[in-house]
Amino acid sequence: MATSTSRTAMPTQRSNSSRLLDKGFVWVTGAFAIGVGLVLLAIAYRVGTDSLPAIQRFGLGFLATTRWSVNDEVFGALTQIYGTLVTSFIALLIAVPIGIGVALFLSEDYLPPRIKQPIVFLIELLAAIPSVVYGLWGIFVLIPLLRPFGIWLNANFGWIPIFSTAPAGPGIYAAGIILSIMILPIIAAISRDALVAVPTEIRQAAYGLGATRWETIFQIILPAAFSGIVGGIMLALGRAMGETMAVTMVIGNSNSIDLSILSQGSTVSSLLANQFAEAGGLQVSSLMYAALILFGLTLVVNVLAELIVRRFSLKL
Amino acid sequence: MAFSLSATCWRFSVPAIALALGLASCTPQTPSAPPSTSTGSSPAPASGGGATISISGAGATAPNPLYQRWFQEYNKQNPTVQISYDSVGSGAGVKRFLDQTVDFGASDAVLKPEERSKLPSARGSAIQVPTTGVFIVFAYNLDGVDNLKLSREAFCGIVDGSVKTWNDPKIVKDNAGVTLPNEPITFVHRSDGSGTTDIFTHHLVKACPNWKAGAGKTIEWSTGTGAKGNEGVSANIQQTKGAIGYTEYSYAKQIKLKTATLQNKAGTFVPPTPDAAAKALSGVTVPADYAVKVPDPEATDAYPIVSLTWMLLYEKPQDPAKAKALTEFLKWAYKDGKQYADELGYLPLPDELVTKVSGTLDTIKVAAK
Repeated sequence: MATSTSRTAMPTQRSNSSRLLDKGFVWVTGAFAIGVGLVLLAIAYRVGTDSLPAIQRFGLGFLATTRWSVNDEVFGALTQIYGTLVTSFIALLIAVPIGIGVALFLSEDYLPPRIKQPIVFLIELLAAIPSVVYGLWGIFVLIPLLRPFGIWLNANFGWIPIFSTAPAGPGIYAAGIILSIMILPIIAAISRDALVAVPTEIRQAAYGLGATRWETIFQIILPAAFSGIVGGIMLALGRAMGETMAVTMVIGNSNSIDLSILSQGSTVSSLLANQFAEAGGLQVSSLMYAALILFGLTLVVNVLAELIVRRFSLKL
Repeated sequence: MAFSLSATCWRFSVPAIALALGLASCTPQTPSAPPSTSTGSSPAPASGGGATISISGAGATAPNPLYQRWFQEYNKQNPTVQISYDSVGSGAGVKRFLDQTVDFGASDAVLKPEERSKLPSARGSAIQVPTTGVFIVFAYNLDGVDNLKLSREAFCGIVDGSVKTWNDPKIVKDNAGVTLPNEPITFVHRSDGSGTTDIFTHHLVKACPNWKAGAGKTIEWSTGTGAKGNEGVSANIQQTKGAIGYTEYSYAKQIKLKTATLQNKAGTFVPPTPDAAAKALSGVTVPADYAVKVPDPEATDAYPIVSLTWMLLYEKPQDPAKAKALTEFLKWAYKDGKQYADELGYLPLPDELVTKVSGTLDTIKVAAK
């Protein structure tokens, strides 16, 4: 069909059914999009109403106290909030540089596609491993492997507060490292997509102006892909904060705050996983309150990410 | 090494989400009420006739290995009866029992009066029968020490954190001739709410004068590493040199962990064997609801940390045919099922208790309508 004729003939040629299909498509996809939002709101509403008794009883003190006593019905989630933030931070600290590095390596033409594709595939496969498998691997492989190193760190660098306790096996460090492996594929895959999506013209223009590959990567490509990379990191952080099973299995689940990352800890998600099944009464609402805080934390992180992207992304 | 990945029934899941995610465990099971054509099913091998009866239950994790074995063996002999069991924990088991989403519940703790009152009167009263005895051991991982003896003050010190190293005088005192290393003790406890913790801490309350954290399914531990499930605790002990923790005997037996000999109320050191544990249960007075509690048995040669575990049944079940099959199964379990209990490290019920329980099972309205 020639473009000139189709352009003029279009309004009369489109049948009613085609137009209906168009409209239907918009409605259906719109309903899906709104539906997802509604599900989230429904969950948030239910978590909110169920946590009301705990909110009324403990108020904001819940965020600042560490005692979690089922027998005395006194609950505070500071340990878990701290644990969630620290493990996620460790995970990002490890996974962000590695993930972006991997993405850069795989988006540049260092390797022939024949070798590159399988590597991309393998990294994305990491994301498909069930978290309970990560947890088991953590208990039986990673922790025995890390413990001597942790003991060495404590013996030689024990004066640094974050290494000030001897590791008992499971602990915050193990949870952080497991999480970093779990979120690595998310960061690597999304960053790689963002880097690949940077228009070739920009790269060629940089080379044309005499920039080296090094300069091109760090001053042109990375800033251009910045918003995509931050998006990937935020998705990864969301996963890290919400991860339940693997963390529960390797963090040690102790209700105490210690600056040392070699000590045991607890996260909001692991607390929920541990206690929900057997909880009753005020304990349930306190767990719901903790879940609500996790919601809040995730929201704050996402808002921050949006702000960062707006502030720093390269205007193209 | 199997970690039970039971889906927890999240209370905030609105029905729509539950449906969408296919959380089968959360959707109420309306009994399909098969017409009682298979009324005359006897414990003898069925001849293949009659509809299959599927019974579902949920609850305690401690007796799970035994239950699974029982259901499997019973199904071999009675192919028409299929019993499935979801080891979601005692509390969740009680909840599902009260919500009537299962045909039976199972719990390591007896029903509380306020829980009993939640069962609708249409189901009659809740019937609670013991199925087997469980005992809890201190499993440990210490090279070169095969027969660790722990006095009361030694294990009390370990659980409250006051005994910190293996060569603490409180431990050394009772282990003459054994070289105990100067290494830190890593105490491993349950992180999830659990009937095992409930039994264990009730013993601590009686046995340890300095124990302040009380007793319950979830308590405030002042020391140690938390692990999820009996299998999580045993895996952690297995992987960590210098670790000690409490776990249900069969789990320790399964992965061949070393277990400590404990001092009982009479002062005797008793190794954790099914025979010694059974002595804690013999001769105790049994109340009508079978809520036998032996937090600190008196007998001189009884192993100290022992409890019964219970199944919860409806007096007036929704589906009499299922209930009939279930009571027949239980009678089989008390008689022919004993060998599997022995094999796995559980305590078969004493004979006089079995007689009494059988009488109670006969009160269930299995032939109503």
